[in-house]
Amino acid sequence: MSEYLLEMKNITKTFPGVKALDNVNLNVRKGTVHALMGENGAGKSTLMKCLFGIYEPNGGEIYLDGKKASIHSARQAMDQGIAMVHQELHPIRFRSVMENVYLGRFPGHMGVVDHKAMYERTKALFEDLELDVDPLALAGEQSAAILQMMEIARAVDMKAKIIILDEPTSSLSDREVDHLFKIINRLRAQGVAFIYISHKMKEILEISDEITVMRDGTYVGTWPVTDEKGEKLTIDFIIKQMVGREMTNQFPPREGKPGSDVVLKVEKVCSPLPKSFQNVSFELHKQEILGIGGLVGAQRTEFVEALFGLRGIASGEIMLNGARYTNKSPGFAKSRGLALLTEERRATGIFGILPILENTVIANQRNYAHFGVLNDSRRVKDADEECKKLNVKTPSLNTLIQNLSGGNQQKVLIARWLLTNSDILILDEPTRGIDVGAKYEIYNIMLEQIAQGKSIIMISSEMPELMGMSDRIMVMCEGRVTGFLNKGEYSQEKIMALATQFAGRKDAA
Amino acid sequence: MANTSRSKRLMTVGGLIFLVLGIALYFLKAPLGLNRKIYDLPVFLIIIGICSAFKGFTAKEKTEEEAALAGKTFTEFLTNNAILLAMLVLVVVICILQPRFMQIRVALDILTQSSPKLIMALGICFALLIAGTDLSAGRMVGLAAVISASMMQTATYANRFFPDLPQLSLWIPIAAAILACMLFGALNGFIVAKYEMHPFIATLATQVIIYGVCSLYFDMPPNNSQPIGGIRPDFAQIGQLRLFNGLWKGFPGISILIPIAIVICIIIWFVLNKTVFGKNVYAIGGNREAAVVAGINVFSNIMFIFILASLLYGIAGVLEAARTAGATNNYGLGYETDAIAACVVGGVSMSGGIGKVGGIVMGVLIFTVIQYGLQFINVSPMWQQVIKGVIIAVAVAIDMTKYRKK
Repeated sequence: MSEYLLEMKNITKTFPGVKALDNVNLNVRKGTVHALMGENGAGKSTLMKCLFGIYEPNGGEIYLDGKKASIHSARQAMDQGIAMVHQELHPIRFRSVMENVYLGRFPGHMGVVDHKAMYERTKALFEDLELDVDPLALAGEQSAAILQMMEIARAVDMKAKIIILDEPTSSLSDREVDHLFKIINRLRAQGVAFIYISHKMKEILEISDEITVMRDGTYVGTWPVTDEKGEKLTIDFIIKQMVGREMTNQFPPREGKPGSDVVLKVEKVCSPLPKSFQNVSFELHKQEILGIGGLVGAQRTEFVEALFGLRGIASGEIMLNGARYTNKSPGFAKSRGLALLTEERRATGIFGILPILENTVIANQRNYAHFGVLNDSRRVKDADEECKKLNVKTPSLNTLIQNLSGGNQQKVLIARWLLTNSDILILDEPTRGIDVGAKYEIYNIMLEQIAQGKSIIMISSEMPELMGMSDRIMVMCEGRVTGFLNKGEYSQEKIMALATQFAGRKDAA
Repeated sequence: MANTSRSKRLMTVGGLIFLVLGIALYFLKAPLGLNRKIYDLPVFLIIIGICSAFKGFTAKEKTEEEAALAGKTFTEFLTNNAILLAMLVLVVVICILQPRFMQIRVALDILTQSSPKLIMALGICFALLIAGTDLSAGRMVGLAAVISASMMQTATYANRFFPDLPQLSLWIPIAAAILACMLFGALNGFIVAKYEMHPFIATLATQVIIYGVCSLYFDMPPNNSQPIGGIRPDFAQIGQLRLFNGLWKGFPGISILIPIAIVICIIIWFVLNKTVFGKNVYAIGGNREAAVVAGINVFSNIMFIFILASLLYGIAGVLEAARTAGATNNYGLGYETDAIAACVVGGVSMSGGIGKVGGIVMGVLIFTVIQYGLQFINVSPMWQQVIKGVIIAVAVAIDMTKYRKK
C-alpha cells in the first residue's frame, strides 16, 4: 500500500509549438482534498485531461495505489475509480435527472432498462447527499448547482476513489457552496480523495488539506494547508507561488469620483415572466461603476440581457441620456452605445473556431465597411492595437481564440466591446474563472474606461470584487431590487442580508 | 524557418524542372515519334511547372512561431492532402492505361462538366457554413430550367409552351427564372430564420413545394408535361458557346461555362472573405448565440444566405436549360447531394463555421476528375457509384482527424 492514492510523476505534454506540461508532479493522499492551483494557462486542465484519459501525455507515469496505471480513455479512467466533474456541465437537457445520473450504465437486463431500479437507486443516492430533487424531473430545468450535485452523485454511485472538481463553485451561491462542502467533507471521511481546482483562495483554505501550485506548465510545489505547528498558509503566499511575484493590491486604486449626470435611468422595469425580474429601478451616473450583487438566481443576468435587447420587457421605462430607449435588439442597443460582456464566455462570447482578429472586430464590422466591403488593413490595425493595449498574450492575430487561456479570451471579448466605443459597459461576471494577474489587468481596464468618461454596470458574485470595484452596489434577490449600498457602508453581511431577503418565503412556497 | 524555405525552394526548383522538361518534350515529341504516346503531356508539364515555380516564388515566408504551430511533418502533409494525392495517383494510372487521357480536350471537358456543379456547390456552402443544409437546391435548378426554357422556344416550333408568345429579349426569361428561385430562397430563409427551424426540415418542405409548383407549371395546357424543346439558338448559346474555337487545328474551344463559373467563384470568394456579410456567415456558423450578443442581425443574414444561394441555383438552372437546349420538371434531381458531397470533400464542416472557396473548387474538381477518369477507362457506372461513396466517407473521415486533438 502506497502512501499516496494517486501519483502523477514527471508528466509532460506537448502540443504542436507549445509545451503545455513540463515534468509536473501531483501526489494525492486517500481521504483528502487536494487543491490544484495556478493561473489560467498554467496547465491545470491539461494535467487533469491527462489523468482522465482525454489527452495522452508524451512522458511521465501515473500510479494508482502504488501500481502503474494505463489510462487511454475517459472510460478507462472511470473504470479505475477516477471521476471528473467538469466546470461547464452539459447534461442531456430533455432527459430526466436519473437518466443523466446513470447515463452509459443504465441498470437492467439484456439491454432492457429497469426504470424502477434506476428510480429507487437515484432517490437513495440523492437522499444520501441531502438533495431534494425528483429523479424524474428534466435535467434541463435544474440549476447549475443541482446539475453539479447530480454529477457528484454519479461519481459516488460509480464508487469513484478520486473525484476531480473543476471550478465547482464558479456558478454557485454561498449557500450552495456550503452544501457542496458538507458533501465533500462526508465523502472525504469515507476515504474519497478530491482534486479541487479553483481560483477562490478562501474556499481553498477552508476545504483543502494540501495544495499543489503550477505555473506556466511547470510544477512549483506542494504544501499542507495547515503545517505541523498548526499554522495555516496565507493567501498572499499562495498568490506569490502562483504568479511568481508579490501581489500587494488586489484592486488598483480608484481615482476621481462618479459624475452627477444620469446616463441611464431604469424605472419599474418588469419581465414578462413572473419569476424573473420585477420593478427594477435605478440610475446610473456618468463615470460610475454600479455593482449588482445577489445570489445565483437573483435574475441579474436576465435583467441586463433584457436591457441589451436579448429578452423582452413587459412594462417599465428606460431613459438613455435623457431620451427614451426601447430594447429592440442587441444591434439597436449597440447603436445606442451599450455593450454587454456576457457571463457565459464560451456559450455566448467567443467564436471558438475563428481567429482572434475576427473575434475582436465582429461587433464593429460596420465601421470598417464601405457598402458592405471590408477594409482589411483597418480591421487588422485596430484589432492589433486594442489587443496590445489589453495585453492579450497570443502568437498572432490569426491564432484561433479557442487556443487561448480563459483570461486572454476575456480580454479579447473586452477588446471587442471597447472597439465599439460604447458609453455604457455592462459586464456580467467579468473575471469569472480568470487568474489573479488577468483579474488585476481587467480592473485596470475598467478604471481606464471610467476615466475616459464611460460608465459601467458590473454583475459580480465575488464579494471582494463587488466591494472593491463598485462605487455603489445594488443588491437583487429573486428578481427584485432589495437595496442600494453606498461606498463606505459595504460589508459582506449587509450584502448577504439584502441578497437573501426573500429566502424564507421561497422555502415556504 | 528552415522547413518552410526548404519547401519553397523545392517548389521553385521542381517547377522549373517540370517547365524545362515540358518545353523539351514539346519540341522533341514529333521527332521522337511520341505524338501518339504522350499527347499533350508537355503542355500540362509546362503549366504545372509555371504554377509551381510561381507559387514557390510568391509563397509568404512564415514566422518561426507560425511554422512551429503548423508543424508540417511529412505524415501531416499526407493526411492534409490525402484525397488530392489519391486523385493524382488515379490520374497517373489512367494516363498509363489510356494515354489519350493526356489531352487538353479532356482537361477542358472536365472543367466544363465541373462548372455547373461548382456554381451549385458555392450556393450550398452558405447553408453548410451556418451548420445547415439546403435540400431544395436541385429542385430550384429544375424550376429555373423549366421557366427559362418555356419562354425561349423558336416561333416556328410546333409544341410551343406559350403559343402566342412574341420574341422576348433574352434577359426576361432568365430574370423570371432566377427571381422565381429567389422567391423560394426567401421562403427557405424566412422559415429558418423566423421559426428557428433546422434548415434540413425547412428546405425539405420547400423542395417538395418547388417540385409541385414546377410540375403544375410544366403540366399547363397546351404543354401537358411534354419535354420542352425547340429552344432558340441564341438562348442555347449561353450554355453551348465555345470561345476561341479553332484557334489552332483541333482546338475544341473553351466552353463559356468555364469563365462563368470562374467569375462566380471570384465573387463568392470576395463575398465570404471581404464583406461584412461573409464575416457574419462565419460568425453565425461558429457560434450563433455569440453572434446575437455581438449585435449581428441573424434574421436578415440568414434570409440573405438563402436568397443568395437560390440566385446561384437559378443561374445553374438557366445554364442547364441552355446547355441541353431543353427542360423537364425532373431537371436538377439530386444535384444538392452532389454539391454537398463536393463541399464536405473540400473541407466544409457540417457543424458550421469552417470552409473555404478554394476547398470547394478542389472538392468539385476531385469528383469530376474521378468520374470522368473512371468513365474513360470503362469502369462500370455501378462501380463508379460505389467509388464515389467511398471517397465521401474517407475524405471526411480524414478531415475529421485533423480537428481531433489527442
